[in-house]
Parts: sequence; structure tokens; C-alpha cells
Amino acid sequence: MIDTILFIIFAILAIVSGFNLVLQKHPISSALSLIGVMGSLAVLYLLLGAEFLAMAQMIVYGGAVMVLFVLVIMLLNAGREKGSTKSWFAQIAGLPLLLCLVALLGFLIRAILPPLRSVEFGSWVGGTAEHIGQLLFTTYLLPFEVISILILIAILGAVVLARKELD
Amino acid sequence: MGHVPLSWYLVLSAILFVLGVAGFVYRKSIITVFMSIELMLNAVNLSFVSFSYELRRIDGQIFSFFVMVVAAAEAAVGLAIILTIFRNRGTLQIDEVDSMKL
Repeated sequence: MIDTILFIIFAILAIVSGFNLVLQKHPISSALSLIGVMGSLAVLYLLLGAEFLAMAQMIVYGGAVMVLFVLVIMLLNAGREKGSTKSWFAQIAGLPLLLCLVALLGFLIRAILPPLRSVEFGSWVGGTAEHIGQLLFTTYLLPFEVISILILIAILGAVVLARKELD
Repeated sequence: MGHVPLSWYLVLSAILFVLGVAGFVYRKSIITVFMSIELMLNAVNLSFVSFSYELRRIDGQIFSFFVMVVAAAEAAVGLAIILTIFRNRGTLQIDEVDSMKL
């Protein structure tokens, strides 16, 4: 009962925030809508028994990444985006094609997949920090180490790209 | 009133993904296009976690975790690129940045 209500509330919040992200003209409004999407997705992860991922979602996405976005918007003084000429193809066929895409995905989910479980909050809590850590440091040890190198390269790349040229 | 079927989560993930595609195609500000990419990554993460619930295995959550880390790295580098573009061209409109060399 409670999980149905929570799912409906946060699914609607996610979809409304997603629409708001696409429709708002000012980047800062889009950024705040994106934080709304990420927060509601964290609650949905919690309903699906992914505790660690829900917290990581809030800290990494809702915290770190979005702070970066808002800081860059502030730094660049990004205002409302100017309207510009759209191609005739996008104007005519864009919306129908997007509706086709969502209908196709919905049909695939309905038709191809075998009957799925229904989600019962608390019936399975697999994603605690203990379980994730155990898998991460045994089976997925190599990808874990590789991704640390990736982050190091990303840090260096960001510093190199964003520094001012000294001449 | 029963429990929520898992396919609802997958449909929500599909809707969010398509919203991300719409933002990516239609918006003209580089920063908003970038945020749409993040929205698509989040939608896919929701699918991973849903299937992880269905299969009762947490490998899907590990994949989702890796996607999150890669998205953070991508955001850092991408925003640095946006900073450089703005410094060189003085605009954030994506259709004004149409030549490779100034």
C-alpha cells in the first residue's frame, strides 16, 4: 500500500520534473528540475531495495554533479536561451517520432518480457553497502581499479581544459 | 490495492529516457543539452536497478554504480569543455558553434 503511494508520487514528480527540464528556457530552472528527477529516482531505488545506490545517487548526482552544473551556469552567466530557427524536419516529425519511440519501448516492455515480479518494499534488500562492497572488491575488482584511473584522467583533463592560457 | 508491477518502473525509465532524447534534440543551450544526457543516463540506471530487483542479483546495481562514476567524470570534463568554448566564442548557443576552427 505505502509503496504504491510512494511510487505514484515520486514517479509523477520525476516525469513532471523531466518535462520541466525540457520545456524551461533558463538553464538554472532546468538544473533545478534535474535535481528533482534525481531525488525522486533515489526514492525509487530505495523502494527497489538498492540502499547504497540511493545514497550514492543523492551524494554523487544530487550533490557533486549538480553543484558542478550550477557553478558553471553561474560562472558563465548563462541567461535565457535565444530562440533559433529549427529545421522543418524537426518541427514536423520530431514530436511524432518521439511518441513512436516511447510507444515502441512500452510495447517491448509489455510484449517481450516474461511476467515480472511486483515490487514489495522491504521484501528484498540486496543493495546494502556490505553486499555491494563484497562484489565490488571480488568479482568486479578490475573494473573498479580501471575506473579509478578513469577518474584520475578526468581530473587532469578538466584542469588542463579549464585553465587560462599563460602567454 | 496490490503492489506495483515492475513493468511500471521500466515504463517510467522509458519515459524519462525519451524526455532526455527530446531535450537533447530540441534544446539549443549547450548546458541544457548536457543535462539531457545526464537525464538519459539516470533513466538507464533505473532500468538496471529494476532488473537487478527482478533477478535478485546485485550485479545490475554494480553496473549502475559504474555508470554513475563515468557520468561524474564525464560531467567534469564536459563542463571544462563548455567553459573553453564559452571563453573562445562567447556564446552557449549550440547552433552558433558550427565551425571547427575559428
